[in-house]
Order: sequence, then structure tokens, then C-alpha cells
Amino acid sequence: MRYDATLKVNGRAYPVAIEPGRNLLSVLRSEVGLTGAKEGCDDSECGACMVLLDGQPVNSCSYLALQADGREIVTIEGLAGEDGDLHPLQQAFLDQGGVQCGFCTPGMLISAKALLDRNPSPDEDEIRLALSGNLCRCTGYSGIVRAVQAVAEQR
Amino acid sequence: MSAQSYTAATSVDEALEAMATGARPIAGGTDLVVGARGGKAPLPDALVAIHRVSELRGIREQEGGLVLGALATHADIVASSSACELFTALADASAIVGSHATRTAGTIGGNVMNASPAMETGGPLICFDAVATLRSASGTRRVALTDLFTGPGRTVAEPGELLTELAIPTPKDGTGSCYARLEYRRQMEIAIVGATAVVTLDGGTVRDARIAITALAPTIHRVAEAEQALNGSDASDAAVHAAADAAAGASRPISDVRGSAQYRRAMAAVLTRRAISTAITRARGGRFPIPASPALHGAVNGGAA
Ligand SMILES: Cc1cc2nc3c(=O)[nH]c(=O)nc-3n(C[C@H](O)[C@H](O)[C@H](O)COP(=O)(O)OP(=O)(O)OC[C@H]3O[C@@H](n4cnc5c(N)ncnc54)[C@H](O)[C@@H]3O)c2cc1C
Ligand code: FES
Ligand code: FES
Repeated sequence: MRYDATLKVNGRAYPVAIEPGRNLLSVLRSEVGLTGAKEGCDDSECGACMVLLDGQPVNSCSYLALQADGREIVTIEGLAGEDGDLHPLQQAFLDQGGVQCGFCTPGMLISAKALLDRNPSPDEDEIRLALSGNLCRCTGYSGIVRAVQAVAEQR
Repeated sequence: MSAQSYTAATSVDEALEAMATGARPIAGGTDLVVGARGGKAPLPDALVAIHRVSELRGIREQEGGLVLGALATHADIVASSSACELFTALADASAIVGSHATRTAGTIGGNVMNASPAMETGGPLICFDAVATLRSASGTRRVALTDLFTGPGRTVAEPGELLTELAIPTPKDGTGSCYARLEYRRQMEIAIVGATAVVTLDGGTVRDARIAITALAPTIHRVAEAEQALNGSDASDAAVHAAADAAAGASRPISDVRGSAQYRRAMAAVLTRRAISTAITRARGGRFPIPASPALHGAVNGGAA
């Protein structure tokens, strides 16, 4: 059986009808049509699917979509400004070499944003800890950590 | 994933009503949904989501102790100054669950009711004499955490029973505590071995010691022989070593990809010793970082990744 729900994604309401077992990631990608959040492991290990739910990072591959009914969701598509200006974290990831293949990037940026929202000036150790649920197979992490540090220093 | 029906309860009564007709509760889903996706167990046919039930949220102080609502998350526990001050071992435990995302979604109720023998908060809750309130459509009962777990993934709770809160009495003055886990990395880890120590000092003498072992037996449990080795002692290195050896002697570990039984038993002594020493340091008023684990294992900066 399908249940009606409203997903509020990046400030817009999307009515959906979904089965109880559906995960939030698949509904965001297939029904809502936002494919920025990625499926890496489908098992809560890699963080490629990270979105904000009521301001907190959540592994959307392993969260029931129905439990997000009516709550505020922010995906990577919601980070840039209305006019398309990149979020400072997005720009810093580009400037510091924090992106290679880009598959981990949406999740990394969401976790990094959640970190700076709760702690505007984290040290390197705090940044590494906050990104520990996000795996990157390309960059070796140092560009990513530098990018978050650069934005923290601007604040 | 097999779930056929879903309801989101807004009160405990609504949740109990759904559970009386066979629905299983889901809080953060970090065990239930992840288990289903990993192929461990399919989702239950009928689910009742409890994340909207405000009665189950939060941490509050009450006469003689602290009450954790079943929906208190690991992040809530680490952010609670009362939990960090009075129940430091519990904060040590919650602070190392998964990643930040796991800690903001994962609840204490789910951690306890999932009943993994390797889960983090069980040892501290048992040593602090926590009591769980279990409610069903037909009544309410209180069960000490030490009596709750019956085997891996099993508790004394009946299918229709909801854990609503955990009450923990304030420890006596002069108490310090620590939970330490053997981990191959700092986050996103499962305890290979875990040890809890809650030590109450009276001057230089150990008045009361509570020692529990984690991931070393089918259930997390206290070790009486280890506690006896410390009780009445002067908290000397010799007493700490004797207690740690007793904890290792009481362990019945398994061998798996993460470590052999022999290695786990050897590490049981090491982890128990570190947990007791840190609990003693804290009981004497000394500061030690929360979580204790990475700092204890000698990593740089209190533990770089
Ligand atoms: C990446 C990752 C890393 C993790 N790392 C750790 C770790 O380091 N240490 C650790 O201990 N755990 C870890 N976990 C496991 C998990 O996050 C915790 O056990 C968490 O506290 C579970 O809470 P939850 O609300 O998500 O539970 P859920 O998945 O919602 O529920 C778990 C079980 O408890 C039942 N349940 C939930 N609430 C109640 C209630 N109030 N009354 C009765 N039954 C209830 C459910 O029916 C289900 O059977 C990890 C999980 C993930 C995905
Ligand atoms: S796809 Fe969700 S954590 Fe990997
Ligand atoms: S840039 Fe390729 S996985 Fe991170």
C-alpha cells in the first residue's frame, strides 16, 4: 500500500505517494527528481546520500521516506543561491582541490555545511571527525579538509 | 524491504495501540533500516514510527537522578552537561556511536532495544543502575538494565512493549566513570572489545566498583570478580591489574573477521585496565577528554583519525 506524504525539499513542497519501505534517497532521486544526492553503498557507510533533515545530516539511503513527511529537507541542490552563485563551501572545494570524480562531493558538502552550522570555527581534528561518515576514494581528503578550513577562517 | 503498513504515532497511547496489533516501533531507523538494507533482517510487516512522539523526547533531571526519554539521541546525550558530568561513561559511549549523522538520528531507546552485545551504551547503563520503563497497552513495568538483555538481539520485553524512558540514579559523591572501546578507527566503528568502569572513592579507598564487559559475551554484563578485586582496595596498580585480569577471565569472546577470541580476551584486560584507571582519575577530580577511547589509545591530539 502507498501512503501520501509531502516532502519539503529546498523550500519547495513535493506531494508523493510511497510504500512504507521506500528510503528517502530513492524518493528524492526518482519521484522528486533531484539526483544530486548519490547512492554509494546503500548501507549507511559512505555518506554519498547525505541530506539535511530539519538541519541535521542524515544518511538518506537508510532513512524511511515516510518519516521525513512534512519535515525540512535540504539537498545539495539547495546549497547554491537563487541566482546560481555557489555556496562558499562549494567554491572552496573547487579552489582547494576538494573535488575529483565528484561522487562523494554532494554528501561531503552537506556534512561540511552541517558542521559549520553547529560550529563555525572547527579545527582540523573536528573537521576530520565531522566528515568521518563520508568516504572519498579520489582526493585523499586533504583538499576537502583545507576547503572546510578555508571557509571556517573566512567567517 | 517488506514493510506493508506504516503509521506515525503522535502519542505513546497511539504507539501502544499500533503495537498491540503487531506493529514494530521505529525511531531513528539506524539499526532497523540499515539491517534491512544490509540483508540482515527484512523490515517488519507493520511499522509504527515514534519519532513524532514528543513525550518520548529529551533528557530531564528529576529528584535523585536523570531521565532519558527513549528518543534522546546520542547527540543529545553528548550535549547534556549533566550526562557528561555525572554519567561520564555514558557520554564516552554515545560520543563514539557511528558518525555525527548516526548520532543525530540514533536514539538511546533504539540502541538498548536492538540489544547488540557490542552496542556502546549498555555497559554504562548497567553499571549506573539504569532502570527501563516498558509500557504496553495492558500496563507499565520497570526493568533494571542488568536484567533486560537475554541474548544477542534479545530482551525480556514482550512484542507489544515500548521502552518509554531510562531512569538513572545520581552516583554517590566521589564517583568517576569511563567507557573504553577497542577500535581500529575513531568513528564508524563497532566495538571489538569494550569495558565500563564506575568507581566510587572514599578518601584513598575504593568503596564501590562496577565493571562491565562489552562484545565479550552473548550479552553485556557486570563481572563480580573484577569488582571484588577493587572493592576495599587502595586503587593501586596491583588492584587495577587484578580486576582487569578477572574481567578477561570472565569473557567468552567469539572469533570473527575483526579479531580472534584469543586476541579479544587479551584486549579485554587492556581495555578494562584503561577504563578503570580513567574512572579513578575522574573520581579524583582529574580531567580526561570525552570520549575517552581515542585519547586512551595514545593517538595524537587525543586521537587523529
Ligand atoms: C553507520 C552506523 C554506525 C553505527 N555505529 C554504532 C556504534 O558505534 N555503536 C553502537 O552502539 N551502535 C552503532 N550503530 C547502531 C545504531 O545507530 C544505534 O544502535 C542507535 O542508537 C539505534 O537507534 P535508532 O533510533 O536508530 O533505532 P531503530 O533502528 O529505530 O530501532 C532499533 C530497534 O529497537 C526497536 N526500538 C526502537 N525504539 C524503541 C522503543 N522506544 N521501544 C521499544 N523498541 C524500540 C526497534 O523496533 C528496532 O528493533 C551504528 C549504526 C550505523 C548505521
Ligand atoms: S549511499 Fe547512503 S551511506 Fe552510502
Ligand atoms: S572526489 Fe571521487 S569519491 Fe571523492
